[in-house]
Amino acid sequence: MQEKNTTQIWEEFKGTKWKTNVDVREFIVKNYEPYKGGHEFLVGPSQKTAILRDKFLELLVEEKKRGGVYNLDADRVISVMSHPAGYMDKENEVIVGFQTDEPLKRGLNPFGGIKMAREGAEAYGYKVGELVEEQFKYATTHNCGVFKAYTPEMKKLRKNGVITGLPDAYGRGRIIGDYRRLALYGADKLLIDKKREKDELGGHMTNEKIRLREELQGQIDFLSKLKDMAKLYGYDISNPATNAKEAIQWTYFAYLGSIKESNGAAMSLGRVSTFFDIYIERDIKNGTLTEESAQELIDQFVLKLRMARHLRTPAYNDLFAGDPTWVTEAIGGMGLDGRTMVTKTSFRFMHTLYNLETAPEPNMTVLWSNNLPEKFKLYCAKVSHDTSSIQYENDDLMRGIFTDDYGIACCVSAMTLGKQMQYFGARCNIAKLLLLCLNGGKDELTGEQILPEIPDYKVMLKEDGTLDFKKVQKHFLKSVDYLCEQYVNTMNIIHYMHDKYAYENVQMSFHDAKVERLMAFGIAGISVLADSLSAIKFAKVTPKTDEKGIVVDYAVDGDFPTFGNDDNKVDKIAQEVVEYFYNSLKKTPCHRDATHTLSLLTITSNVVYGKLTGNTPCGRKLGQPFAPGANPYHNREKHGAVASLNSVAKLSYEFCRDGISNTFSISPQSLGKEEKTVFSNIATLLDGYFKNGGFHLNVNMHKKEELQKAHEAPKEYPNLTVRVSGYAVRFGVLSSKHREEVLDRTFF
Amino acid sequence: MKIRIHSFETLGAHDGPGLRTVVFFQGCPIKCLYCHNPDMICTKGGKEYSINEVVEFCEKFRVYHGEDGGITLSGGEPLMQAEGALKLIRALKKEGFHVCIDTSGAVKLSDTVKEVLNEVDIVLFDIKHTDADKYFELTSQPITNMIAMLEYLKTTQKAFYARQVIVPTLTDSIEQVKKFKELAKGAERVELLPYHTLGVNKWQKLGMEYKLKNIPSATQELMKKLNLV
Repeated sequence: MQEKNTTQIWEEFKGTKWKTNVDVREFIVKNYEPYKGGHEFLVGPSQKTAILRDKFLELLVEEKKRGGVYNLDADRVISVMSHPAGYMDKENEVIVGFQTDEPLKRGLNPFGGIKMAREGAEAYGYKVGELVEEQFKYATTHNCGVFKAYTPEMKKLRKNGVITGLPDAYGRGRIIGDYRRLALYGADKLLIDKKREKDELGGHMTNEKIRLREELQGQIDFLSKLKDMAKLYGYDISNPATNAKEAIQWTYFAYLGSIKESNGAAMSLGRVSTFFDIYIERDIKNGTLTEESAQELIDQFVLKLRMARHLRTPAYNDLFAGDPTWVTEAIGGMGLDGRTMVTKTSFRFMHTLYNLETAPEPNMTVLWSNNLPEKFKLYCAKVSHDTSSIQYENDDLMRGIFTDDYGIACCVSAMTLGKQMQYFGARCNIAKLLLLCLNGGKDELTGEQILPEIPDYKVMLKEDGTLDFKKVQKHFLKSVDYLCEQYVNTMNIIHYMHDKYAYENVQMSFHDAKVERLMAFGIAGISVLADSLSAIKFAKVTPKTDEKGIVVDYAVDGDFPTFGNDDNKVDKIAQEVVEYFYNSLKKTPCHRDATHTLSLLTITSNVVYGKLTGNTPCGRKLGQPFAPGANPYHNREKHGAVASLNSVAKLSYEFCRDGISNTFSISPQSLGKEEKTVFSNIATLLDGYFKNGGFHLNVNMHKKEELQKAHEAPKEYPNLTVRVSGYAVRFGVLSSKHREEVLDRTFF
Repeated sequence: MKIRIHSFETLGAHDGPGLRTVVFFQGCPIKCLYCHNPDMICTKGGKEYSINEVVEFCEKFRVYHGEDGGITLSGGEPLMQAEGALKLIRALKKEGFHVCIDTSGAVKLSDTVKEVLNEVDIVLFDIKHTDADKYFELTSQPITNMIAMLEYLKTTQKAFYARQVIVPTLTDSIEQVKKFKELAKGAERVELLPYHTLGVNKWQKLGMEYKLKNIPSATQELMKKLNLV
């Protein structure tokens, strides 16, 4: 197989720079063929794929029967070389490789924290093996490190649900290796490059240089291990891939090594389809591949991605419901040179939703541009209509910042592939922060002092006993400043320790040594906050206290505008808070000079946050979930879908470079009678939203009645997929509380 | 000049071509038994807006209209405020919007009404019933205004969509639909709209008696059958 040397393998490809320096983007730009046609060329699954798909669906049923975990190897620590090769049905597998020696069998990864690993194992009836327990008696995990360094103030904010979901006990994820590098260059060239990068770090040994030298050696070691892992499956990945099958297999190996070494919350894929397309179209032209075999490769690759598994605890599942892995693949978009980056393989990738049945993973993310080919737009609309499995993000906003070779980590986090990485920082509960501020820093539910003692609501009243907006705003912003400083410092500790104790060698080996780091902060509850401040500003809000003097409720007299109606009076409040918050974060420097970014995204933590937050002045009751992401609060939209979209679109990406999530539920009938009309209306709606500056849209196209039925009898709808907040889940896998929240959302 | 508006719907996909912003006028001269917007019948409800305010509101949604969409004046009965409607249409047309009007035709064909009909791009013309007696039973208005306006649309060769709500037992006979299609000759499009019971709650909320309580929504099968007529 390896008679060809690198020069011969690359012979037919155009471009020169990428042949000397690692530069996947240049390779793509010089060699890909844009496709502006429709989906007529697509073919069904091959026989081999159909057999594998059916086996997989059976395994899924069994996995569910077993309480959500099919099997767990709790006797050893999972890593790149921990397990022998695994197969589901060797004869029919065109793309190979599992995390362990069996499909869906999960591995134990205690580097984030042995306690979490133990809890995860025990939740599903397993026990961490003695050998592992013994080894980790002497090992410092990421979690141990963090808790050694946390201050009492940080612990309080964390415990009371002001900043939650922090990656201090689990893998941080959100890092995308440029897995395509392995296929394009082969492991040997990458190894030479990494050694050179390390050698260049000489001279005076600063902390940063020492750290980077150690990390680069780790990357080198793990790249070598990756070669050994591929050998277990009979592949030599030293050299570049010579054809489409190898390109896909090599890329998958790079990804597989990553999910064996690391168990981050979101382990995203990047942007592979147009890269693959170059190999596929070349092979088809050479007569060594047919459309059927090309689709087979993509189907089987996607099937493998659907089988990625990590061990999680029940508490983790509250925040990230539905066992997501966020194998996010960015599809489409436009090139910097004005050509579309849509290729036939963009279609082939999305077509897996038909060939393999609807599923939440991989998390297909269409990079939408007004200039995308019309037929691709209509195909996207059709897939959304048929599967509700696609999310859309604004390529016209991102391309100027991240070039045309960026991927999306998790839901909405853009990063230039191989050049940028992210320090994930979950989110803070900004609605609760308002309540803390009104209560002089005390928790409205427990009375505990969380923030330092500050003046309470009594100094924020008008003469008539109602809250004075100006005064509330002034004190609230002071609380934001306090929180932001604590938040950045907390994140600094977390990522210092994660770099030290749970470093992602494989993923980082697919980055440049001089990587740009983004530190991603987040806000949850923005619409609850905006509506609450709007109530204080435009209606009369009187605080009601309990016997201990804690404000536990509010009497609201009069009307007030709510977020989601394209009304500047309240939309501006949301805009200004976000801007202030972002600027406040920037006052405290980040670990390793990372750049501050901010998201309005909740994943499914909007339910947990709601549980932890008392009555709010907007009329939301204690325990009621927040709206997801940047969504307007449920059913407060009075002017229909488009006004709601406009409110969200006003939140500026300039301050929210880590994304603004909007989850949209619409009944297909609301978009027209005939399918053709519905499809073109979806495309028009997306065009409008993104032209108006909207950043992200999850498109759910269900009838509410259908979801209601599925809520009552989830077993009868095993494949029903819904997009919750930047990712998709099988509806039936959600807890009943999460399903209720989905049903409570505004349906247009 | 102020117009009385009940509300806006920013995502209209059933009110003319493409995606549209729908302006619901307050007030209606007829009282259909199946009305799904009974809260828009009374002429005193809603809120007054200046023409400018409405145009500004619509402007915010222009980007969603795509190539085919635009604004639809609906209600209620927009022609009940014909003068205001005319001013609004002129202002909207001046800004380059595609404008439809959704009417039951149950108003007098005054000069102002004629002007409105002349100036909009498409008239969505709702024919409640084809039979004069049944029309009266259903709407508590004589059929004459509707017939006169329909004639006007035909003689001026106005682009119009003829629409009829299919209500089981009232308008669902094959014969009735045939007559409707006959009457609708000259329409650019003929649309049968299935009756649904989603508006029933509104009647109760308003403390009004709903006379069609026992009539079910039009089924898909029924619609399929009638669409073949």
